[in-house]
Amino acid sequence: MTSDANIISFKKRDEMITRETVNYISGLAKLHINEVQAQKFAGDLEAILHYVEKLNSLDVSQVKPTSHVLDMENVFRDDTVKPSLSQEQALAFSVEKLNGAYKVPKVIE
Amino acid sequence: MTTFETVIGLEVHLQLKTKTKIFCGCLNEFGSAPNTNVCPVCLGLPGTLPVLNRRVLEYGMKVGLALNCSINSFVKFDRKNYFYPDLPKGYQISQFDFPIAKLGFLDILVDGKEKRIGITRAHLEEDAGKLIHDTVNACTLVDYNRTGTPLIEIVSEPDLRSSQEAYDYLTGLKLILSYLNVSDCDMEKGSLRCDANVSIRPLGQIKLGTKAELKNLNSFSAVKRAIDFEVARQTTVILSGGSIVQETLLWDEAKGRTVSMRSKEQAHDYRYFPEPDLVPFIIKSDVIENMRQSLPELPQAKLSRFVSAYKLSTYDAGILIQDQSLADFFETCAKSYPDTKKIANWINGPILKEMNERKLGLTQLHLSPLNLVKLITRVEDGTISNIAAKDLLSDIVLTAKDADVLIAEKGIAQVSDDAALEKIVDELLAQNQKTVQEILSGKTTALGFLVGQAMKKTQGKANPKKLNDIFTRRLHHA
Ligand SMILES: [Zn+2]
Repeated sequence: MTSDANIISFKKRDEMITRETVNYISGLAKLHINEVQAQKFAGDLEAILHYVEKLNSLDVSQVKPTSHVLDMENVFRDDTVKPSLSQEQALAFSVEKLNGAYKVPKVIE
Repeated sequence: MTTFETVIGLEVHLQLKTKTKIFCGCLNEFGSAPNTNVCPVCLGLPGTLPVLNRRVLEYGMKVGLALNCSINSFVKFDRKNYFYPDLPKGYQISQFDFPIAKLGFLDILVDGKEKRIGITRAHLEEDAGKLIHDTVNACTLVDYNRTGTPLIEIVSEPDLRSSQEAYDYLTGLKLILSYLNVSDCDMEKGSLRCDANVSIRPLGQIKLGTKAELKNLNSFSAVKRAIDFEVARQTTVILSGGSIVQETLLWDEAKGRTVSMRSKEQAHDYRYFPEPDLVPFIIKSDVIENMRQSLPELPQAKLSRFVSAYKLSTYDAGILIQDQSLADFFETCAKSYPDTKKIANWINGPILKEMNERKLGLTQLHLSPLNLVKLITRVEDGTISNIAAKDLLSDIVLTAKDADVLIAEKGIAQVSDDAALEKIVDELLAQNQKTVQEILSGKTTALGFLVGQAMKKTQGKANPKKLNDIFTRRLHHA
């Protein structure tokens, strides 16, 4: 699965952010936007990425890559059980429930 | 006509049997009432933060090391984004570019020769919830108990060339994983799941063909059947001038075919990015070394040792090592009884038969190694016959009674008391003068008749070999 994935990186982009890109991403994110908004966001995102690309002009060969903004590591918890919510509490967030489960529209044929 | 080569890569998901989930303290348990092992963290409620279960990272290292992987000294988690009702957060916490383990291998036997199957990587992630499709109410029900169950995904290289190789890889992998005691490895309960990437290419071509991803493979034999079906389907498509579309296919076990999975077929664009809620993990080399040292003896090593140390055949040792409890049982017996071949025969024969017939594991049978040794010894010293011993085994596994106690209770000890047997022999010799004459005149087969009569008189409790000896002695020295 991982081979299909692409990770956000600051490599030199070959393409501009277009309305199509915005529509594609908003589709993945389940965001409903209209064409006017798509046009606007395309411009905004292009400007943001353009700004971030300025980083490419810096020499970072001596800088350790940052994977997290906090300079911390190895934060664990022990494998000990803590109380869970009751079924009633858990389902209190549901719009609809049935037989102790969250009820959602049918997802597969 | 073009000959095609099959290319298979497997992705195995293994649920790790920690007490609690990967990022929260909810019980990691199969079969609880729906939505009872859930909390704000695994339900993905706003404002909650995941914290990694220490044991998950340890188990991940174990799996990686057992599969000859190198363990990354720098490990981090990433978000894999997609929308589906089984995923309350809208993303799965997984690992992208710095997984726990990478570049390992597993050897399988192909036509009697070892073939090395590469393991690309093994990464840790959280399981999703369970969807129950309610046909009556035409809806889907969601149970989030499974959400956050720790998983390790083991990805093989596309090194497998047939459904049989895939099957053997899975069997070998499962055996190693079961030795590590980090998972139930139970496909029926879903603690071990497998997806197969299948493609074909003209023999000799380097470039890989377009692959299909097969899902819903519920047993190793289903994996085999699904691959065979898919290879045949792809071959037909290509030979009739078509081309393979990259897609996810569901295996329909009842119909014996793969079906296209339309609904989830949104682009595989998961927009991975570093998980901001978890800091990275640094694993020091001495920690890795300690873990390596603490690994149990793995199946291949045990096999070699059983063959060399106990002088077992590869076949016998091969059966014993399929189940760690069998192997341990064997070794305990071998400590107090020298004939290892005989122990192996008992375990691989009658004991396995008892286990299969009763559908029980060895530990569930009430059989201690010492009691088996006692049973074997009683056959050897002539107290009971081999057949009687096998019957006795059935009683032992049910009652846990001592072999000697059962022999006494059932009165099945062979009459080996010489005086008693000699009395019977003398009586029979006196009563069957004609037969005696026949034997003495060279018709030795008639001795069998006398032995048979003696067995009858002792209700089968006499040791036939002993009777034979006494008859022979009496006949010639009377
Ligand atoms: Zn939880």
